[in-house]
Amino acid sequence: MINIQNVHKSFGDLEVLKGINLEVKKGEVLSIIGGSGSGKSTLLYCINAIEKINAGKITVDDIDVHDKATNQDKLRQKLGMVFQQWNSFPHLTVLENVALAPRIVKKMSKDEAIEIGEKELTHVGLGDKFDVYPTKMSGGQQQRLAIARALAMRPDYMLFDEITSALDPELVGEVLDTLRVLREDGMTMICVTHEIAFAREVSDNIAFFHEGIIEEMGSPDQVISNPQKETTQKFLSKVLS
Amino acid sequence: MGSLFTPLSWNDSGLILAGIWNTIVISVVAIVIGTILGLIIGFIRSESNKTVNLILSSLLDILRSVPLIIQLILFSTFVGAWGYPLEPFVAGSIILSLYTMAFMSEVFRSAFESVHSSMLTASRSLGLSYWQTVFYIRLPIGIRTVFPSWLGVALSVIKDSALVSVIGYMELLRTSDQLISRTQQPLEILLGVGLFYFLISYPLSLYGKHVERKMAL
Ligand SMILES: Nc1ncnc2c1ncn2[C@@H]1O[C@H](COP(=O)(O)OP(=O)(O)O)[C@@H](O)[C@H]1O
Ligand SMILES: [Mg+2]
Repeated sequence: MINIQNVHKSFGDLEVLKGINLEVKKGEVLSIIGGSGSGKSTLLYCINAIEKINAGKITVDDIDVHDKATNQDKLRQKLGMVFQQWNSFPHLTVLENVALAPRIVKKMSKDEAIEIGEKELTHVGLGDKFDVYPTKMSGGQQQRLAIARALAMRPDYMLFDEITSALDPELVGEVLDTLRVLREDGMTMICVTHEIAFAREVSDNIAFFHEGIIEEMGSPDQVISNPQKETTQKFLSKVLS
Repeated sequence: MGSLFTPLSWNDSGLILAGIWNTIVISVVAIVIGTILGLIIGFIRSESNKTVNLILSSLLDILRSVPLIIQLILFSTFVGAWGYPLEPFVAGSIILSLYTMAFMSEVFRSAFESVHSSMLTASRSLGLSYWQTVFYIRLPIGIRTVFPSWLGVALSVIKDSALVSVIGYMELLRTSDQLISRTQQPLEILLGVGLFYFLISYPLSLYGKHVERKMAL
């Protein structure tokens, strides 16, 4: 379970998160929607200990993420993350991209790492690309590579930060399909997304972020079909139009 | 009475080969040490704040902008005067390595800085530690982009190594200088020496251009 209690986060004088409370249970999918600059990415970075927090507490399976005693490199093995930019490692083949972290972080043998790599790549539909260099692939393929790379660490949770926003429209579908597969697998996920229809389809809960607070949260039916707050209604009518 | 001068002959080839060998040895030493030190300094610079960078860059600027010949003479004279006379090879290697380091540190700084921070975040998010990210991601990705400039610095070091002759190291130029005074055949000898430097530099610089073109694609 990921538990977020009253988290505050500032960059200098700018308070970006103003008291966030969230809970994501095992097997659940939470989507976060909201305007640009509302703090969605920052929250994911705080969950992953890439960013520090100023107040509050985040726990992942009861491990206090920002406690000094926590081994954050180890914690990140529980949390796979995929970003808007796919950041394929250009000096490695597709298979090496996926096998790298299992090999050097989990100290697996080469054969084990390759086996996992091949399995995860096949899972995301890249079974025919093992020896290709990622820069030769489309954005959609590289984004699926990034998903396989994260999955190869066998994370308990996946964090997705607008992973289709930088893609050409015709490539969005294949990446969303991959997320649907993960959903079927029962993966626990937090998806920051602008794909409202997709969020409504796969999410157990949706949180609408506005200027650093959660303005509205609930089931897709509540938040998307019957938004109560005016800010939510405005945002939805803007992105759905 | 016979002539004071004896013409160039095959007997001199041993001397010339020794000169070539010494040029190669001191160049390789300087390039290897300069690359290792430059890599470390370049990394420190890419990770440092403004103040540290200002201090480092002033020190490196001294090495880069004082002519090498003056650095060589000053260094070997001063350590000699302090009572630690150094072999010309040792003194020359130290100065030439530091000189190389000054240029290499810029090469590697831009290598490290060419890797976007989002790439490093992606690596850390997979559980790689800071140093694992440096060795498996940042270094190999960065180095690819700067190979041509690394080669450029290395080639100029081979040429600059001729200056170590001023402190008495018997590399190729000093060897040929001695041969010239004995044979009075400067044209043949200097043409030969020039050809040697050209034969080393030109193919390598062509190779560097080839790599650069390949990377641009
Ligand atoms: N590293 C940073 N340093 C300073 N300000 C930042 C940094 N990261 C994000 N911000 C600011 O924090 C706010 C929230 O950013 P972000 O979490 O990326 O929003 P979102 O993902 O919802 O678009 C923005 O105003 C952004 O400019
Ligand atoms: Mg964002």
